[in-house]
Amino acid sequence: MSNEVETPRKRISYLFLAIILVTLALSAVALYQALIEFDNARDGTSLLLIGGSGFVLSAYMLLQTRRRTMRLEIKEQPVITTILCQKCGFKNVRDFQRGDYIFKQIDPCPKCNEKMSVASIYREVEQKH
Amino acid sequence: MLTQLVNQLTGGDNIIGYILQIAWILFFVVFMFYGQRIQLYVMLREIEGSLSRLKLLRDEGRKNAIQTIKELGKSEGDPTARVDQFLEYLTLQPQSMDPAGIVWKLEHLLDVRDTRFEDEVKIMAPAADLTQTRDLENTLEAALALNFIFKVIRHFYILGKKTLSLYIIMQLQMVLPLIMREAEAFASALKAFTFGQPIGDGAGALVAAKLMQGHEKRKIPKDCVVATIPFEGRTAHIIKAEGPGGNVGKPGDAVKQIIEENEGKIANIIMIDAAQKLEGEEPGEVAEGVGVAIGGPGVDQFKVEETVLKYKIPVNAVVIKEDVGDAVSPMRKEIFDAVSVAIDRIRRVVRERSKEGDAIIIAGVGNSIGIGQ
Repeated sequence: MSNEVETPRKRISYLFLAIILVTLALSAVALYQALIEFDNARDGTSLLLIGGSGFVLSAYMLLQTRRRTMRLEIKEQPVITTILCQKCGFKNVRDFQRGDYIFKQIDPCPKCNEKMSVASIYREVEQKH
Repeated sequence: MLTQLVNQLTGGDNIIGYILQIAWILFFVVFMFYGQRIQLYVMLREIEGSLSRLKLLRDEGRKNAIQTIKELGKSEGDPTARVDQFLEYLTLQPQSMDPAGIVWKLEHLLDVRDTRFEDEVKIMAPAADLTQTRDLENTLEAALALNFIFKVIRHFYILGKKTLSLYIIMQLQMVLPLIMREAEAFASALKAFTFGQPIGDGAGALVAAKLMQGHEKRKIPKDCVVATIPFEGRTAHIIKAEGPGGNVGKPGDAVKQIIEENEGKIANIIMIDAAQKLEGEEPGEVAEGVGVAIGGPGVDQFKVEETVLKYKIPVNAVVIKEDVGDAVSPMRKEIFDAVSVAIDRIRRVVRERSKEGDAIIIAGVGNSIGIGQ
């Protein structure tokens, strides 16, 4: 499998970064102008609004690029194995181990010494509301 | 204040006013001439993001497959080159200009493909036992699917970029969320197949396994097991794919054989399978109906339909709902719990749809990975 084929990599576009920086610079200037206006006892609310919203917008854009980078991972899903003694009902719940399968006969029961078997293997999913 | 803001934006008497005025004009000019192109680049960037994720999933799948083969197979050489060859494997669909007999042509091709896959895995992992070989086959198939998805999306991405065709890029962008869901599902499947964990698709097989527990089983073609048990005063032939290795068997052949063995004297057939849920439905919902519940390319469904038609046997279906991601991911608790609900439904269907003393078939369809019998 050739790895040198052109494929997009995890990177932030320079143009995108430049737009964010220009927005940030303009917002800073607007905020500075607002300060001067307020200093001279004039109304600089509109400049403050422009500068503030510009700042929030660029911060949001930067955060978005960071989020996109963080998403590049594969989540591990915890899987639970339940081992049950059919005779006395003793139950052992542990993490899944390679080689486990449903109805596999394993270790004798610590209570009644009867063979135990894997009763269930599943993963629990947190419900999103 | 609004008037002041408008004044600032359209040209006040300060430097910010001038800058904003120029910015507005530039904005209009740029959007007038380059609006569509900008939209195109925005879409391309979105596709790029998804493509990066697809590449990551593909690479992870490949790495996973190689690592597992090394661990379980204990092959003498490095299996990397062989795995890379395998990931490029393709199956050509049979010609359908004259559709008569296409099922048998497709079945033959699928048999050849299965044998070839099995042989490849045996060469790559000579020390693996039957269960491990089947799990490895499934792992490689998931890696193959991820590689295929990545390549197709990359093809259209590069094609769209080369031609700057809005329509190619737009179509790709529109269909991408669904493709990403499928790719994510295969990525979760990789871990499940590597470790031999039961998957959502095995819900039907688990129902059959629970019913046949503690009874004598025998193997039937192909890669299936059957147990004949007393069930609600009837004689039930319970069929499932042989586990615990990753295997779906050929339920079509198995059901056909049991019908033939009983000379067609089967009062009812109940098939249990996982079915794709619609958005808004809960995973693990159980539904029933009529028909042959077997997914896949359709060969097995066709065979069962032919046989039941010949002997006029009614076919009922009980399905456990799940989405495409759950079907190939480690089995969710909701689906595991739904197995008991499905068994209760089967009991009711059997009582209502057959008489005491009748012979019936209960076939649990699905991948038996991580499910014994």
